[in-house]
Amino acid sequence: MSSLVIRNGYIVGEDSVEVGDVLIVDGVIAATGDVGETPSHAVEIDAEGCWVGPGFVDLHTHLREPGREEAETIESGARAAAVGGFTALVAMPNTEPPLDNAALVAYVLEQGARTPLDIAVAGAITVGREGEKLAPMAEMAALGVRLFTDDGVGVQDPSLMRRALTYAAPLGVRLAQHCEDELLAAGGAMNEGPLSSRLGLGGRPALAEELMVMRDIELVRLTGGSLHFLHLSTARSVAMAIQARREGLDVTFEVAPHHFTLDENSCEGFDPIFKVHPPLRGAPDVLALREALRAGLVDAVATDHAPHAPELKDLPFDEAPPGMLGLEHVASLTFEALGATPDVASLLFEVLSRGPARIAQLRRSDARHRLSAHGGALVTGEDANIVVFDPHARWLVQSENLQSRAKNTPYDGRELSGRVRSTVAKGRLIVNEGLLV
Amino acid sequence: MIDSIRGQNLLTLDDLSSRAIVEILDTAESFVEVQRRSVKKVPALKGHVVASLFFEESTRTRLSFETAAKRLSADVLSLAVASSSVKKGESLRDTISTIDALGIDAVVMRHSSSGAAVQVSRYVPHVRVINAGDGQHQHPTQGLLDAFTVRQILAERHATSGLESGAELFKGLHVLIVGDVRHSRVARSDIHAYTALGAEVKVAAPGTLLAPDMTKWPVTVADDFDEALQWADVVGLLRLQRERGSGSLVPSLAEFTSTFGLTVERARMLRPETIIMHPGPMNRGVEIDSRVADLPTAAIARQVSNGVPVRMATLFLSMAGLKKDGSI
Repeated sequence: MSSLVIRNGYIVGEDSVEVGDVLIVDGVIAATGDVGETPSHAVEIDAEGCWVGPGFVDLHTHLREPGREEAETIESGARAAAVGGFTALVAMPNTEPPLDNAALVAYVLEQGARTPLDIAVAGAITVGREGEKLAPMAEMAALGVRLFTDDGVGVQDPSLMRRALTYAAPLGVRLAQHCEDELLAAGGAMNEGPLSSRLGLGGRPALAEELMVMRDIELVRLTGGSLHFLHLSTARSVAMAIQARREGLDVTFEVAPHHFTLDENSCEGFDPIFKVHPPLRGAPDVLALREALRAGLVDAVATDHAPHAPELKDLPFDEAPPGMLGLEHVASLTFEALGATPDVASLLFEVLSRGPARIAQLRRSDARHRLSAHGGALVTGEDANIVVFDPHARWLVQSENLQSRAKNTPYDGRELSGRVRSTVAKGRLIVNEGLLV
Repeated sequence: MIDSIRGQNLLTLDDLSSRAIVEILDTAESFVEVQRRSVKKVPALKGHVVASLFFEESTRTRLSFETAAKRLSADVLSLAVASSSVKKGESLRDTISTIDALGIDAVVMRHSSSGAAVQVSRYVPHVRVINAGDGQHQHPTQGLLDAFTVRQILAERHATSGLESGAELFKGLHVLIVGDVRHSRVARSDIHAYTALGAEVKVAAPGTLLAPDMTKWPVTVADDFDEALQWADVVGLLRLQRERGSGSLVPSLAEFTSTFGLTVERARMLRPETIIMHPGPMNRGVEIDSRVADLPTAAIARQVSNGVPVRMATLFLSMAGLKKDGSI
């Protein structure tokens, strides 16, 4: 019998924060509040001044395995996630080859099961992510896949997207779209605007994203399907998704940390570390995303953690691959964006844990697919996926100290507020004092 | 804003003040004289190594830079590199590190990607980097030699010298830039050089060949090309860059020529003293009629010959302060 006590933290519930302990026995929360004397064999964590809440869930992680193991593996990605406070993540299917069939999905699930976290998988919507023919979604769903996406690109063909939504609906799964019309964004390396124009870099216009958001909202209306918008980056995209949700459509959306912390001016020095799709936008869009976050209108913050080998980020800007790291600093960046005050605790856990867990259908444990429950309240009987977040800590991001195999963080050398102190995954203490156990 | 490129890289004209540009033009004037000597060489960069690194094909710019470096007595390492580093499987950082290992003081670099020279300048901070054209971003020495050529011609007309006139002759000068602004690094450098020196710049092009969002550019877009031609003191034509897809941005080359080409009929609308410029290579019959290119007011050949002293000035100033033989 293993046990663990988290002492004297602020236990963050959906709309309440209470000081107390959490006793974990055999992977499950055994008691909360004042749990009294610690059993002699128990590990004890002092969480005084810290927030104790459900472990974070990332809807959008590129683990790169199979195919790009020099950038990241399932194992190294899981370590980075653990340090970032995650107890579950959804692995994106744009691997090489892409996760577009049951055998490949099974491989990633198998490797994922060797890590302390719950690694869920998003399957591809189309064969080879080529946007031409539906992938065997039902076969993948039978393995527990709950999200499908061609992420990296969106499904360009509206009639195929309509078919995918219609096909997916009875499977009880959700599609996730990378919204960018690739014809409109063709040849683009950064946000289109006066800056791209001056720098002589091809632009990816905001409209390329917004048109697809608009199109897909109407396709959801038409089909009654379920859709999650990945990494929305413009004020209009976010406004449209919020409006669609208000109208009762089954639409959810995420924002990525780089889109609410960095703007297009970062591209001024042509450093490919800042190249990402959708691109970093102008300051008004960044502000709109932060406002939506603070107002509690965002369903999830998701990292779009995209590791790349260093030599690929030493290519010219237009040739370098898009994407940047996210797992290890997203909690701090979100905390800062929310205002870094004590009253944002519930919101922080909403966007990093409860919201994404709902979207990924990880709220309930699923014994058949070996997945525990995430994003719930810290109550007796619940699976012990827990993070201890210290809102008073400050730390310096140093790329060489990151757990990720790749080093392409745009925040190198930046001091951040708030830090994940401990991560408990399925009852096991895997990160303590910010370090892997 | 930078007031002098002494000891600095030259990556863009965007951040150069009028003073910095005038310093380069003035330095170039002193090198014009070297060109007229029987021994066309000065020892200014003796013992220094300049690498010329052209990832993208170029004849005139490369020859011009290499001639400039040799006239300053520098040793020139000339390297031809495949056009795409990706195809070659080598990153920009690796390519430049290899060349740096040979021992170089400066690198003159051309690349088909915007910003490549800026990136390289970060990889080898101890080497002076001169941008000889990067994608659709900047071609600083072209902007400088265009300004130099205009000043030289105007100075001759005013019976003064470039050196004495400083930036004076550019005050209120009307410069019209015509054609494929969207893909043109020359336009981006020219516009900054002319406006920094005090000129007023208009651009004329089909909408699709203007840059996508020019709201922050210090230029106005001409409503009427023919009127703008009458307004202009200088007309700078740009090469239609078919290799970058300009062809698909206009319905046909013939339509481009009939609407924005400098045809013989249009050339007649120019005032007789208006200077006609083109950075080359020209698409004769597309953006410029052959007969117009050969008019006495066309400064095209002069642009080419001015390339050498302007590039000598650029190398000389940029490499100032590098300690070798005490010669600089």
